[in-house]
Amino acid sequence: MPLDSHYTAQTFKSVGTRPLRPDGLDKVTGRARYGADFNAPGQLVGGILRSPHAHARIVKIDTSRAEKLAGVKAVVTAADLPDLTNGDQGMFDILDNCLARTKVFYDGHAVAAVAAVDARTAREALKLIKVEYEILPHVTDVDEAVKAKAPLLHKTCFTEGVEPKPAKPSNIAKRTQFGHGDVDAGFKEADIIVERNFKTEQTHQGYIEPHACVASVSPDGTGELWVCTQGHFVYRNHCAMLLGMDVSKLRVTSSEIGGGFGGKTHVWGEPVALALSRKANRPVKLVMTRDEVFRASGPTAATSIDVRIGVKKDGTITAADATLRFSGGPYYGMWAELGAMTAFACYDLKNVRTIGYEVLVNRPKVAAYRAPSAPMAAFAVESVIDELAQKLGMDPVDFRIKNAAKQGTKSSYGPVYGPIGIGPALEAAKIHPHMSAPLGPNQGRGMACGFWFNFGGQTCTDINVGIDGSVTLTVGTVDVGGSRASLGLCVAEELGIPYDQVKCVVADTSTLGHNDMTDGSRGTFSSSMAGIFAARNAIGIIKERAAKMWEISASDVSWEDGHAKAVGEKYGNLAPLSLKEIAAAAGNTGGPIAGHAEIVADGAGVSFAAHICDVEVDPETGRSKIVRYTVIQDAGKAVHPTYVEGQYQGGAAQGIGWALNEEYVYGKDGRLQNAGFLDYRIPVCSDLPMIDTQILEIPNPNHPYGVRGVGETSIVPPLATIANAMSNAFGVRMTHVPMSPPRVLKALEAAAKA
Amino acid sequence: MSMLVSTTINGDHIEFVCEPDETLLDALRNRVGLTGAKEGCGTGDCGACSVTVDGRLVCSCLVLGAEAEGREIETIEGMADGAALHPLQRKFLDHGALQCGICTPGFLIAAKALLDRNPDPDEEEIRFGLAGNLCRCTGYDKIVRAVQDAAKEMRGA
Repeated sequence: MPLDSHYTAQTFKSVGTRPLRPDGLDKVTGRARYGADFNAPGQLVGGILRSPHAHARIVKIDTSRAEKLAGVKAVVTAADLPDLTNGDQGMFDILDNCLARTKVFYDGHAVAAVAAVDARTAREALKLIKVEYEILPHVTDVDEAVKAKAPLLHKTCFTEGVEPKPAKPSNIAKRTQFGHGDVDAGFKEADIIVERNFKTEQTHQGYIEPHACVASVSPDGTGELWVCTQGHFVYRNHCAMLLGMDVSKLRVTSSEIGGGFGGKTHVWGEPVALALSRKANRPVKLVMTRDEVFRASGPTAATSIDVRIGVKKDGTITAADATLRFSGGPYYGMWAELGAMTAFACYDLKNVRTIGYEVLVNRPKVAAYRAPSAPMAAFAVESVIDELAQKLGMDPVDFRIKNAAKQGTKSSYGPVYGPIGIGPALEAAKIHPHMSAPLGPNQGRGMACGFWFNFGGQTCTDINVGIDGSVTLTVGTVDVGGSRASLGLCVAEELGIPYDQVKCVVADTSTLGHNDMTDGSRGTFSSSMAGIFAARNAIGIIKERAAKMWEISASDVSWEDGHAKAVGEKYGNLAPLSLKEIAAAAGNTGGPIAGHAEIVADGAGVSFAAHICDVEVDPETGRSKIVRYTVIQDAGKAVHPTYVEGQYQGGAAQGIGWALNEEYVYGKDGRLQNAGFLDYRIPVCSDLPMIDTQILEIPNPNHPYGVRGVGETSIVPPLATIANAMSNAFGVRMTHVPMSPPRVLKALEAAAKA
Repeated sequence: MSMLVSTTINGDHIEFVCEPDETLLDALRNRVGLTGAKEGCGTGDCGACSVTVDGRLVCSCLVLGAEAEGREIETIEGMADGAALHPLQRKFLDHGALQCGICTPGFLIAAKALLDRNPDPDEEEIRFGLAGNLCRCTGYDKIVRAVQDAAKEMRGA
């Protein structure tokens, strides 16, 4: 029972309601403390010197003048972060990204850092550091980087996943392949085949809070780090390894986080701040500027994707094939692999093959961005699906329904699906009033669907009952958008007490065992599972305490509606005991009452969505406006529906920005030309309509309350949804994202000529 | 050379010392200890640092600390009346109009400035009135609804 994760279809009292979040008041009054809002006594101000070159060898770094400047307390380079990664290539890449060792690989790559008594002195000191570079040829485009004569980033990069091992190094770090059946035979059966190449440009997560931390290392080898992060336990592990500290001696506290979306999942400046603090023997505060956030912190991949799908005249897909090239920046990441896994996940396919190539380019090291890699793959696949429906003369929703995956389908990336929501999402789209609403001039309607895996992972959670019977729920997953409310609801439900009696807090790394970070839409899924188990653990103890108070056997005590009840007619005169009464007596029945759970949260239920969009295109300017937008998505169980809707709306808005405007623009010199919110334009309030949501609840059989992750899938369909709407608005298939006014105008002009 | 600035912040007389080139945002955060205004960009593009100076909505990252001399500054910390939240603050909570919350102080200040000048804005006026504030989490839907609801309550409608 305590560790039984099976869904039981219980009726809920707390789960599914919409109470206020515990951190809300602090956030509307300015009291909440984010990364840059923390200060330590005697703290110094840190700053980082970054490469102006896209690709160069570091010949020499002269820090002597900076060190002599009054007020400068420490200067560090890669020499102050010796390689302790012991052959772990992934950690070495993070180290090399934190402070470049022999070469700089992109405009913005960190090369040195200072800590000084104030910001002005720190800025002055950075100017006094002289770096001698030998500039090398660079490549920033994903398709250019795979060419034989492209400038090579790493002489040691021989493509993995290819037999036999290549004789020459290249910029392709790895090849992966997924699928089943016989694709060639499938295409021979097809009556219609559509094949196209698609490109998507690099975008940034665009969190409003720049990376910020305060680091403090003492001479005894202990340290503290206050930081905005999606995973303070993971940051602790990474920092401890890179600094050569014991994990248990570094205490990391996660501040309130001002957005992450995957971008705050691995370290950049934190090890540098710790190294500065260690050298200066003072706390160091390090805050990125917005320019640094764009130039040096995790954007998503730029991509080039070939898709080929064949169908019979009756609408049955006979074969599907995709080749995906994703740029990961200068280091290997599994970005094309994730694209290859997700590309055809919505469909039940007899013959399917996807091949991913991880391409290295002179751009920043890519980090996860909300359902990483799935939006680009879905853009390509869902565009071709839409075109096939047009060629078949079929309704695009009916065509998708006909080929949709269902329970028992072998997915294109391997596993066989359990109960899933793609069918219900498509059926809901088909009958949604949005689908039949009239369109105005220059408007088109499109739809598309999307998939994300969702993750589980390591989770450790405590419950402590106070002397007054109020409950503290202590979790180790960072709250990125209201999860403290959701987790409080789940534990209140399990204990049978009011939501107001539970306070959920996010603990520092010294308080709980390891927790994986809040990514993969795992926060509410994993920590609610652990919280429910911890509550069950506590209920066992509470029943024992009640038995002691009554002097009866614990096996004769039940727990119902937040009260201990004596079971059996012989106890008919015993009034039920509330948690408050049992807690008040705890000092005499065995001491504090607590429950805890340490789990690997398996069984994260996969998530599907269908989006519908109306777009209006101005034929004179090429400007597009989203007129109406609808998100339909399976939540498993919406614990706090307001915040589930918020995830659907937020993901859709990010997808709209990606589809229409956002892109990294690099010059021929390899430098980023739009490292600011003025020129990298994310959607503002006047760009968007209301975003309608419909929550579907197809319970996840592997969670006690049926919960699935809800945070990421909503960014997957928008690129294709909008591209399909544009195609229906002016009859031209858009194959390059963002579909910005110049690209739309070009497409309109080409269509007029044809 | 440092300057002494004498000003009024949220109704309190405050004096602080700052550098001539120091922004009002830095002065508020680092000199006065009011960290409710946030730096999202430092270039006036995101609105996270919104405050009012003599009732006028500004990005405090684009104003010098020295310019606060003799003025009346209102920040998020002064928006509630003691324990009683301003209707906008209450409606933001009720509607779930915040996720991470980093942009929330700026949105609340900008929304209050909007309703001060136009107590009955339509949706488009709200959207353009708040177009100087970036939110990356919500897609603005619940923010617009919270402002509509607060405006309605404040009009006594």
